[in-house]
Amino acid sequence: MSLLAKKVLGVTFGVVIVGLAIGLYVADWATSFPATVVATPVSASAGGGSNLTLQTVGAAGKTVSPGHPDWVSYLVKSNGRWVHSTIYQVPANSVVHVTIYEYDSASGLRNPYFSQVQGTVGGTMTVDGKTVNAINPESPAHSFAIPELGVYVPLEGVSEKEEESNFCEEAPCEPSFHHRTITFSFRTGKPGRYRWQCFVPCGAGTIDGFGGPMQTLGYMDGFIDVV
Amino acid sequence: MSSSPAVGPGAPAGQPNHLRRFLTLWLGSSIVALPLVIIFIGPLLGPAGGNSAETSGEITDMKVLVGVATPIILLVMTFLLYAMINFRQEQGSVLEGPAVRGDARVQSLWIVITSVLVLAIAVFGTVRLESESGDGSGSGPKPLTSPSGPKIPVQVIAQQWLFTYRYPTYGGVETTSLVLPVNKEIEFNVTSLDVIHSFWAFQIGVKADANPGVDNIAFSKPTREMEFEVHCAELCGIWHGAMHNEARVVSDTAFESWIGEQRARLAPATKVLPGYSRTYTPEPLRRAE
Repeated sequence: MSLLAKKVLGVTFGVVIVGLAIGLYVADWATSFPATVVATPVSASAGGGSNLTLQTVGAAGKTVSPGHPDWVSYLVKSNGRWVHSTIYQVPANSVVHVTIYEYDSASGLRNPYFSQVQGTVGGTMTVDGKTVNAINPESPAHSFAIPELGVYVPLEGVSEKEEESNFCEEAPCEPSFHHRTITFSFRTGKPGRYRWQCFVPCGAGTIDGFGGPMQTLGYMDGFIDVV
Repeated sequence: MSSSPAVGPGAPAGQPNHLRRFLTLWLGSSIVALPLVIIFIGPLLGPAGGNSAETSGEITDMKVLVGVATPIILLVMTFLLYAMINFRQEQGSVLEGPAVRGDARVQSLWIVITSVLVLAIAVFGTVRLESESGDGSGSGPKPLTSPSGPKIPVQVIAQQWLFTYRYPTYGGVETTSLVLPVNKEIEFNVTSLDVIHSFWAFQIGVKADANPGVDNIAFSKPTREMEFEVHCAELCGIWHGAMHNEARVVSDTAFESWIGEQRARLAPATKVLPGYSRTYTPEPLRRAE
């Protein structure tokens, strides 16, 4: 084999290897989704439906998000432990009871319209046990919204005073840290995949606060799979 | 004078007059195709004509545009086919054909005609957008023209990733649903709270960019009760593809009933909304700084 042929063969081999590696990396990235977490069924004697328990944190931390430890994030409880996912599976034509432990500080809503609770059973939620149908638009740290189902729930943040001490800096956060406990229920309809998102511009340092974690599955948006 | 009309002066003896043949074919096909395209294809290129005054106008515009485009398309296609059939290399020939050099007169004529056509279409389109049956030319807060008569203002507020709609003449209530009364002139005041979006209600003939800090005015007068879809037509982030909603055109009575329900249901949100404004510049939020 001539020297030129060897060079051509070597370059061709190198290009193929690099191309395959890039292709595999992109394919892996494009098909990587957070795990789907199934809501916990509630027995008929206890009212039926299913339970979904979430927490919102100011920083996902190195433990659950080594790539972006400083991003805000949702976590979901599954089998007694906190999982870094925003894809939830719930039953069709049923009531989903949601509990959110909100550990982050307030940012405020860009559009105060979302300060009213909408689409939940009774049009209300509870914040630390108190039933309300709206909160001060400057007080949400995050929100939980499923536009196609008409569900909009603002999540009140911890106060500035609470932020000064015993503030959870990194997920997963334990109940001993300052937090708000928010509960509400919503009805699901026909099966399908419904996207959900946060409407508080909480993507620090990104354009209009809606980049980074706001546009990445697993952090501040995801899917509700109604099955 | 030659006895055969197909052989013209300058053409080699026994050769047909290609120019005359080509023009005959082109004009003949245009005369046949033009009415068919205008009648059958033109109406398919826009929304259903009876949905609003604007869609009726758009159908007329489409007919004019395909009417202009059809002879041009046929000119190119006829020339191409004619050349392929008549000037192909003969089988077994080893010689190339004569060299083809530019013709300044043909080139100039082509440039002049296409320039005139493009400019004419641009002027036609702009005038039509500003006409009574146009939805506006996207000229921002001060449209060059405005439909006559009273209008119902509806503010379209785009945000990542949802449209909300505010009705300033109904207590400033804001909703996630777009409902319009039939046979009423609607003035859409389109704006954005963050990045650039675009309000596209194809079935009622409206498309207007939603820019932060800008009140972009567009008009539509829905002429029948119907359901239609609103889409964002400007790539605006991960959920751009999900930024759409159903909308309705309903009777006056149904609209009054619906808006009354919204005002009652959304009173807590309306109470904390900023006063109605053509644009909003939300305070920079701590996280977004």
